[in-house]
Amino acid sequence: MSRIYIKHLALIGILLLSGHASAVEFNQVVADKSSINFGYKQMNVPLEGKFKKFAAQIDFDPAKPESAQAKFEIDLASIDTGSDEANDEVVGKAWFNTKAFPKATFVSTGVKPLGNNRFEVQGKLTIKGKTLAVATPFTFKPDANTASFDGAFTIKRLDYAIGEGEWADVSTVANEIQIKFHILAAAKK
Amino acid sequence: MQVNSLQKYTMTAISLHWWIALLIFIAFPLGVYMHDLPLSPYKLKLFSWHKWIGVTVFLFAVLRIFWRISHQAPALPAGLPQWQKLASHVTHILLYVLIVAVPLSGWLMSSAKGFQTVWFGILPLPDLISKDRELGNLLVIVHKTLNFSLLALVGMHIMAALKHHFIDKDVILRRMLPFNLGEK
Repeated sequence: MSRIYIKHLALIGILLLSGHASAVEFNQVVADKSSINFGYKQMNVPLEGKFKKFAAQIDFDPAKPESAQAKFEIDLASIDTGSDEANDEVVGKAWFNTKAFPKATFVSTGVKPLGNNRFEVQGKLTIKGKTLAVATPFTFKPDANTASFDGAFTIKRLDYAIGEGEWADVSTVANEIQIKFHILAAAKK
Repeated sequence: MQVNSLQKYTMTAISLHWWIALLIFIAFPLGVYMHDLPLSPYKLKLFSWHKWIGVTVFLFAVLRIFWRISHQAPALPAGLPQWQKLASHVTHILLYVLIVAVPLSGWLMSSAKGFQTVWFGILPLPDLISKDRELGNLLVIVHKTLNFSLLALVGMHIMAALKHHFIDKDVILRRMLPFNLGEK
Protein backbone atom coordinates (compact mmCIF):
# COMPACT_ATOMS: atom_id res chain seq x y z
CA MET A 1 0.00 0.00 0.00
CA SER A 2 2.75 2.44 0.94
CA ARG A 3 4.42 1.72 -2.41
CA ILE A 4 1.29 2.72 -4.29
CA TYR A 5 1.06 5.83 -2.14
CA ILE A 6 4.66 6.86 -3.05
CA LYS A 7 3.98 6.19 -6.71
CA HIS A 8 0.98 8.48 -6.55
CA LEU A 9 2.95 11.17 -4.83
CA ALA A 10 5.65 10.95 -7.44
CA LEU A 11 3.11 11.14 -10.23
CA ILE A 12 1.42 14.17 -8.71
CA GLY A 13 4.84 15.75 -8.31
CA ILE A 14 5.69 15.24 -11.97
CA LEU A 15 2.34 16.59 -13.05
CA LEU A 16 2.78 19.63 -10.85
CA LEU A 17 6.29 20.29 -12.11
CA SER A 18 5.49 19.88 -15.78
CA GLY A 19 2.27 21.80 -15.30
CA HIS A 20 4.23 24.64 -13.79
CA ALA A 21 6.89 24.62 -16.48
CA SER A 22 4.54 24.65 -19.44
CA ALA A 23 2.56 27.50 -17.93
CA VAL A 24 5.57 29.83 -18.16
CA GLU A 25 5.93 31.02 -21.67
CA PHE A 26 8.29 33.89 -22.38
CA ASN A 27 7.15 36.13 -25.18
CA GLN A 28 7.54 39.77 -24.12
CA VAL A 29 10.95 40.94 -25.26
CA VAL A 30 12.36 43.78 -23.15
CA ALA A 31 14.03 45.81 -25.86
CA ASP A 32 16.20 48.08 -23.72
CA LYS A 33 17.62 45.12 -21.82
CA SER A 34 18.39 43.09 -24.91
CA SER A 35 21.38 43.50 -27.17
CA ILE A 36 22.89 42.26 -30.39
CA ASN A 37 26.65 42.73 -30.53
CA PHE A 38 29.25 41.51 -32.93
CA GLY A 39 32.96 40.90 -32.84
CA TYR A 40 35.38 40.99 -35.75
CA LYS A 41 39.04 41.32 -36.51
CA GLN A 42 40.69 44.07 -38.50
CA MET A 43 44.39 43.51 -39.23
CA ASN A 44 44.12 40.94 -36.43
CA VAL A 45 42.93 43.61 -34.01
CA PRO A 46 39.80 42.45 -32.17
CA LEU A 47 36.95 44.95 -32.40
CA GLU A 48 33.42 45.06 -31.07
CA GLY A 49 30.30 46.59 -32.46
CA LYS A 50 26.56 46.54 -31.93
CA PHE A 51 23.20 47.14 -33.53
CA LYS A 52 21.33 49.79 -31.58
CA LYS A 53 17.91 49.13 -33.10
CA PHE A 54 16.20 45.83 -33.65
CA ALA A 55 12.81 44.25 -33.15
CA ALA A 56 12.55 40.80 -31.63
CA GLN A 57 9.61 38.52 -31.17
CA ILE A 58 10.06 35.31 -29.32
CA ASP A 59 7.78 32.69 -27.97
CA PHE A 60 9.58 30.21 -25.78
CA ASP A 61 8.37 27.63 -23.32
CA PRO A 62 11.27 25.55 -21.97
CA ALA A 63 8.90 22.60 -21.56
CA LYS A 64 7.97 22.74 -25.24
CA PRO A 65 11.08 23.91 -27.06
CA GLU A 66 9.98 22.27 -30.30
CA SER A 67 7.13 24.77 -30.62
CA ALA A 68 9.29 27.81 -29.81
CA GLN A 69 9.54 30.61 -32.30
CA ALA A 70 11.80 33.57 -32.80
CA LYS A 71 11.89 36.41 -35.26
CA PHE A 72 14.43 39.22 -35.38
CA GLU A 73 14.48 42.31 -37.52
CA ILE A 74 17.67 44.30 -37.30
CA ASP A 75 17.87 47.91 -38.44
CA LEU A 76 21.23 47.79 -40.20
CA ALA A 77 21.69 51.56 -40.32
CA SER A 78 21.74 51.54 -36.52
CA ILE A 79 25.10 49.78 -36.60
CA ASP A 80 27.92 50.96 -34.40
CA THR A 81 31.19 49.40 -35.52
CA GLY A 82 33.19 51.22 -32.89
CA SER A 83 34.36 54.13 -35.05
CA ASP A 84 32.54 56.95 -36.87
CA GLU A 85 34.61 56.49 -40.00
CA ALA A 86 33.63 52.82 -40.30
CA ASN A 87 29.99 53.56 -39.40
CA ASP A 88 29.76 55.85 -42.42
CA GLU A 89 31.45 53.26 -44.60
CA VAL A 90 29.46 50.12 -43.77
CA VAL A 91 26.03 51.50 -44.64
CA GLY A 92 27.34 52.01 -48.20
CA LYS A 93 26.91 49.82 -51.25
CA ALA A 94 29.99 47.67 -50.78
CA TRP A 95 28.89 46.67 -47.28
CA PHE A 96 25.24 46.51 -46.15
CA ASN A 97 23.80 48.80 -48.82
CA THR A 98 21.17 49.86 -46.28
CA LYS A 99 19.28 51.99 -48.81
CA ALA A 100 18.35 48.89 -50.78
CA PHE A 101 18.46 46.44 -47.85
CA PRO A 102 17.60 48.32 -44.65
CA LYS A 103 16.97 45.25 -42.53
CA ALA A 104 18.50 41.91 -41.70
CA THR A 105 16.07 39.26 -40.54
CA PHE A 106 16.29 35.99 -38.71
CA VAL A 107 13.32 33.64 -38.64
CA SER A 108 13.57 30.45 -36.63
CA THR A 109 12.67 27.11 -38.16
CA GLY A 110 13.17 24.94 -35.10
CA VAL A 111 14.51 24.69 -31.58
CA LYS A 112 15.98 21.61 -29.97
CA PRO A 113 17.09 21.05 -26.38
CA LEU A 114 20.78 20.36 -25.75
CA GLY A 115 20.30 19.70 -22.04
CA ASN A 116 21.21 21.71 -18.98
CA ASN A 117 19.16 24.75 -20.02
CA ARG A 118 21.00 24.87 -23.33
CA PHE A 119 19.16 24.82 -26.61
CA GLU A 120 19.87 25.21 -30.27
CA VAL A 121 17.82 27.35 -32.59
CA GLN A 122 17.94 26.85 -36.33
CA GLY A 123 16.68 29.44 -38.70
CA LYS A 124 17.09 31.51 -41.81
CA LEU A 125 19.25 34.58 -41.74
CA THR A 126 18.67 37.12 -44.47
CA ILE A 127 21.15 39.92 -45.05
CA LYS A 128 21.49 42.02 -48.19
CA GLY A 129 18.98 39.87 -50.07
CA LYS A 130 20.75 36.60 -49.32
CA THR A 131 19.14 33.96 -47.16
CA LEU A 132 21.17 31.22 -45.52
CA ALA A 133 20.45 28.62 -42.88
CA VAL A 134 22.17 29.26 -39.55
CA ALA A 135 22.05 27.59 -36.17
CA THR A 136 23.15 28.87 -32.80
CA PRO A 137 23.25 27.42 -29.33
CA PHE A 138 21.87 29.54 -26.53
CA THR A 139 21.56 29.37 -22.77
CA PHE A 140 18.17 29.89 -21.22
CA LYS A 141 18.15 31.47 -17.77
CA PRO A 142 14.78 31.93 -16.07
CA ASP A 143 14.57 34.41 -13.22
CA ALA A 144 11.21 35.07 -11.54
CA ASN A 145 9.05 36.63 -14.25
CA THR A 146 11.75 37.13 -16.83
CA ALA A 147 14.20 34.93 -18.67
CA SER A 148 17.37 35.65 -20.56
CA PHE A 149 18.60 34.01 -23.74
CA ASP A 150 22.33 34.25 -24.39
CA GLY A 151 24.18 32.86 -27.33
CA ALA A 152 26.79 33.42 -29.98
CA PHE A 153 27.47 32.14 -33.45
CA THR A 154 29.77 32.95 -36.30
CA ILE A 155 28.89 33.91 -39.84
CA LYS A 156 31.13 34.57 -42.81
CA ARG A 157 30.53 38.07 -44.11
CA LEU A 158 31.40 37.14 -47.70
CA ASP A 159 28.54 34.58 -47.71
CA TYR A 160 26.27 37.62 -47.66
CA ALA A 161 28.50 39.84 -49.81
CA ILE A 162 29.11 42.16 -46.85
CA GLY A 163 32.21 44.02 -47.98
CA GLU A 164 32.56 43.77 -51.72
CA GLY A 165 35.25 44.89 -54.13
CA GLU A 166 38.49 45.86 -52.38
CA TRP A 167 36.85 45.02 -49.03
CA ALA A 168 36.47 41.37 -50.05
CA ASP A 169 40.10 41.07 -48.99
CA VAL A 170 39.78 39.10 -45.74
CA SER A 171 43.38 39.78 -44.73
CA THR A 172 42.36 43.27 -43.58
CA VAL A 173 38.81 42.70 -42.32
CA ALA A 174 38.40 39.04 -41.38
CA ASN A 175 35.63 36.97 -42.96
CA GLU A 176 34.41 35.61 -39.63
CA ILE A 177 31.97 37.80 -37.75
CA GLN A 178 30.87 36.63 -34.34
CA ILE A 179 27.30 37.55 -33.45
CA LYS A 180 26.49 37.69 -29.75
CA PHE A 181 22.97 38.14 -28.50
CA HIS A 182 21.42 38.73 -25.11
CA ILE A 183 17.65 38.77 -25.09
CA LEU A 184 15.58 39.45 -22.01
CA ALA A 185 11.94 38.43 -22.17
CA ALA A 186 9.11 38.59 -19.67
CA ALA A 187 6.58 35.83 -19.15
CA LYS A 188 3.28 35.91 -20.98
CA LYS A 189 0.61 37.82 -19.06
CA MET B 1 86.00 67.34 -16.02
CA GLN B 2 85.76 63.63 -16.55
CA VAL B 3 88.52 62.19 -18.67
CA ASN B 4 87.13 59.73 -21.16
CA SER B 5 89.29 57.74 -23.49
CA LEU B 6 86.40 56.40 -25.57
CA GLN B 7 86.49 57.62 -29.13
CA LYS B 8 83.21 56.12 -30.31
CA TYR B 9 79.87 54.97 -29.00
CA THR B 10 79.55 51.20 -28.52
CA MET B 11 78.36 49.11 -31.45
CA THR B 12 75.05 48.53 -29.61
CA ALA B 13 74.45 52.26 -29.16
CA ILE B 14 75.36 52.92 -32.79
CA SER B 15 73.04 50.18 -34.08
CA LEU B 16 70.14 51.37 -31.95
CA HIS B 17 70.70 54.98 -33.01
CA TRP B 18 70.54 54.20 -36.72
CA TRP B 19 67.71 51.68 -36.47
CA ILE B 20 65.61 54.18 -34.55
CA ALA B 21 66.52 56.90 -37.07
CA LEU B 22 65.55 54.70 -40.01
CA LEU B 23 62.24 53.66 -38.45
CA ILE B 24 61.34 57.24 -37.55
CA PHE B 25 62.13 58.33 -41.10
CA ILE B 26 59.59 55.75 -42.33
CA ALA B 27 56.92 56.19 -39.65
CA PHE B 28 56.80 59.99 -39.67
CA PRO B 29 55.99 60.58 -43.37
CA LEU B 30 53.72 57.52 -43.27
CA GLY B 31 51.73 59.09 -40.44
CA VAL B 32 51.47 62.44 -42.25
CA TYR B 33 50.36 60.70 -45.45
CA MET B 34 47.91 58.17 -44.07
CA HIS B 35 46.00 60.12 -41.43
CA ASP B 36 43.34 61.64 -43.67
CA LEU B 37 43.13 59.03 -46.42
CA PRO B 38 39.59 57.82 -47.15
CA LEU B 39 38.82 54.53 -45.41
CA SER B 40 40.06 51.54 -47.40
CA PRO B 41 41.86 48.24 -46.75
CA TYR B 42 45.01 50.08 -47.85
CA LYS B 43 44.52 52.70 -45.13
CA LEU B 44 43.93 50.00 -42.49
CA LYS B 45 47.16 48.30 -43.55
CA LEU B 46 49.15 51.54 -43.41
CA PHE B 47 47.79 52.33 -39.94
CA SER B 48 48.80 48.91 -38.70
CA TRP B 49 52.27 49.14 -40.22
CA HIS B 50 52.72 52.61 -38.73
CA LYS B 51 51.77 51.25 -35.29
CA TRP B 52 54.06 48.23 -35.62
CA ILE B 53 56.98 50.52 -36.48
CA GLY B 54 56.06 52.79 -33.57
CA VAL B 55 56.03 49.94 -31.07
CA THR B 56 59.42 48.83 -32.40
CA VAL B 57 60.83 52.35 -31.96
CA PHE B 58 59.44 52.40 -28.42
CA LEU B 59 61.20 49.14 -27.52
CA PHE B 60 64.47 50.20 -29.15
CA ALA B 61 64.25 53.58 -27.41
CA VAL B 62 63.75 52.02 -23.98
CA LEU B 63 66.64 49.62 -24.62
CA ARG B 64 68.77 52.49 -25.79
CA ILE B 65 68.11 54.60 -22.71
CA PHE B 66 69.05 51.67 -20.45
CA TRP B 67 72.17 51.19 -22.51
CA ARG B 68 73.03 54.89 -22.31
CA ILE B 69 72.61 54.88 -18.53
CA SER B 70 74.70 51.75 -18.05
CA HIS B 71 77.48 52.56 -20.55
CA GLN B 72 79.78 55.51 -20.80
CA ALA B 73 79.41 57.75 -23.83
CA PRO B 74 82.51 59.20 -25.48
CA ALA B 75 83.38 62.63 -24.16
CA LEU B 76 82.77 65.75 -26.19
CA PRO B 77 85.87 67.38 -27.75
CA ALA B 78 87.70 69.38 -25.12
CA GLY B 79 87.67 72.64 -27.06
CA LEU B 80 83.90 72.76 -27.44
CA PRO B 81 82.34 76.00 -26.11
CA GLN B 82 80.33 75.61 -22.95
CA TRP B 83 77.05 76.75 -24.57
CA GLN B 84 77.39 74.09 -27.26
CA LYS B 85 77.95 71.39 -24.64
CA LEU B 86 74.85 72.53 -22.82
CA ALA B 87 72.81 72.75 -26.02
CA SER B 88 73.92 69.27 -27.02
CA HIS B 89 72.97 67.79 -23.63
CA VAL B 90 69.57 69.46 -23.64
CA THR B 91 68.84 68.36 -27.23
CA HIS B 92 69.91 64.80 -26.53
CA ILE B 93 67.79 64.54 -23.39
CA LEU B 94 64.76 65.90 -25.27
CA LEU B 95 65.38 63.48 -28.13
CA TYR B 96 65.51 60.56 -25.69
CA VAL B 97 62.27 61.77 -24.09
CA LEU B 98 60.54 62.13 -27.46
CA ILE B 99 61.57 58.79 -28.98
CA VAL B 100 59.73 57.24 -26.03
CA ALA B 101 56.89 59.77 -25.74
CA VAL B 102 55.95 59.82 -29.44
CA PRO B 103 55.20 56.09 -29.77
CA LEU B 104 53.71 56.02 -26.26
CA SER B 105 51.27 58.81 -27.19
CA GLY B 106 50.35 56.88 -30.35
CA TRP B 107 49.71 53.72 -28.37
CA LEU B 108 47.51 55.59 -25.86
CA MET B 109 45.70 57.40 -28.67
CA SER B 110 44.97 54.11 -30.36
CA SER B 111 43.53 52.66 -27.15
CA ALA B 112 41.40 55.76 -26.52
CA LYS B 113 40.10 55.51 -30.09
CA GLY B 114 39.07 51.92 -29.35
CA PHE B 115 41.67 50.17 -31.47
CA GLN B 116 44.00 47.89 -29.62
CA THR B 117 47.56 47.72 -30.91
CA VAL B 118 48.57 44.22 -32.00
CA TRP B 119 52.30 44.23 -32.75
CA PHE B 120 52.92 42.65 -36.17
CA GLY B 121 49.36 41.34 -35.97
CA ILE B 122 50.58 38.80 -33.42
CA LEU B 123 51.28 40.33 -30.02
CA PRO B 124 48.42 42.32 -28.48
CA LEU B 125 49.59 45.23 -26.35
CA PRO B 126 47.44 45.99 -23.32
CA ASP B 127 45.14 49.00 -23.59
CA LEU B 128 46.50 51.26 -20.85
CA ILE B 129 43.42 53.46 -21.10
CA SER B 130 39.90 52.56 -22.12
CA LYS B 131 37.91 53.89 -25.05
CA ASP B 132 37.11 57.57 -24.61
CA ARG B 133 36.17 59.88 -27.47
CA GLU B 134 37.28 63.15 -25.84
CA LEU B 135 40.56 61.72 -24.64
CA GLY B 136 41.13 60.16 -28.07
CA ASN B 137 40.77 63.53 -29.79
CA LEU B 138 43.07 65.16 -27.25
CA LEU B 139 45.70 62.46 -27.75
CA VAL B 140 45.62 63.05 -31.52
CA ILE B 141 46.76 66.62 -30.81
CA VAL B 142 49.35 65.39 -28.30
CA HIS B 143 50.73 62.81 -30.77
CA LYS B 144 50.90 65.41 -33.53
CA THR B 145 52.54 68.09 -31.35
CA LEU B 146 55.14 65.67 -30.00
CA ASN B 147 55.89 64.53 -33.55
CA PHE B 148 56.46 68.03 -34.88
CA SER B 149 58.62 68.80 -31.83
CA LEU B 150 60.60 65.69 -32.69
CA LEU B 151 60.90 66.86 -36.29
CA ALA B 152 62.31 70.22 -35.14
CA LEU B 153 64.79 68.58 -32.77
CA VAL B 154 65.90 66.01 -35.33
CA GLY B 155 66.45 68.89 -37.76
CA MET B 156 68.72 70.63 -35.24
CA HIS B 157 70.44 67.35 -34.40
CA ILE B 158 71.27 66.65 -38.06
CA MET B 159 72.37 70.21 -38.79
CA ALA B 160 74.64 70.21 -35.75
CA ALA B 161 76.16 66.84 -36.68
CA LEU B 162 76.80 67.95 -40.26
CA LYS B 163 78.23 71.29 -39.12
CA HIS B 164 80.67 69.52 -36.79
CA HIS B 165 81.67 67.04 -39.46
CA PHE B 166 82.04 69.27 -42.48
CA ILE B 167 82.81 72.71 -41.05
CA ASP B 168 84.53 72.07 -37.72
CA LYS B 169 85.91 68.76 -39.03
CA ASP B 170 85.80 67.25 -35.54
CA VAL B 171 84.96 63.71 -34.33
CA ILE B 172 81.36 64.35 -33.26
CA LEU B 173 79.61 62.60 -36.15
CA ARG B 174 82.24 59.87 -36.55
CA ARG B 175 81.61 58.72 -32.98
CA MET B 176 78.18 57.57 -34.05
CA LEU B 177 78.98 56.21 -37.53
CA PRO B 178 78.95 52.45 -38.05
CA PHE B 179 81.71 50.44 -39.76
CA ASN B 180 84.33 53.18 -39.18
CA LEU B 181 82.67 55.29 -41.85
CA GLY B 182 84.18 58.74 -42.20
CA GLU B 183 87.56 57.63 -40.79
CA LYS B 184 90.48 59.06 -42.67
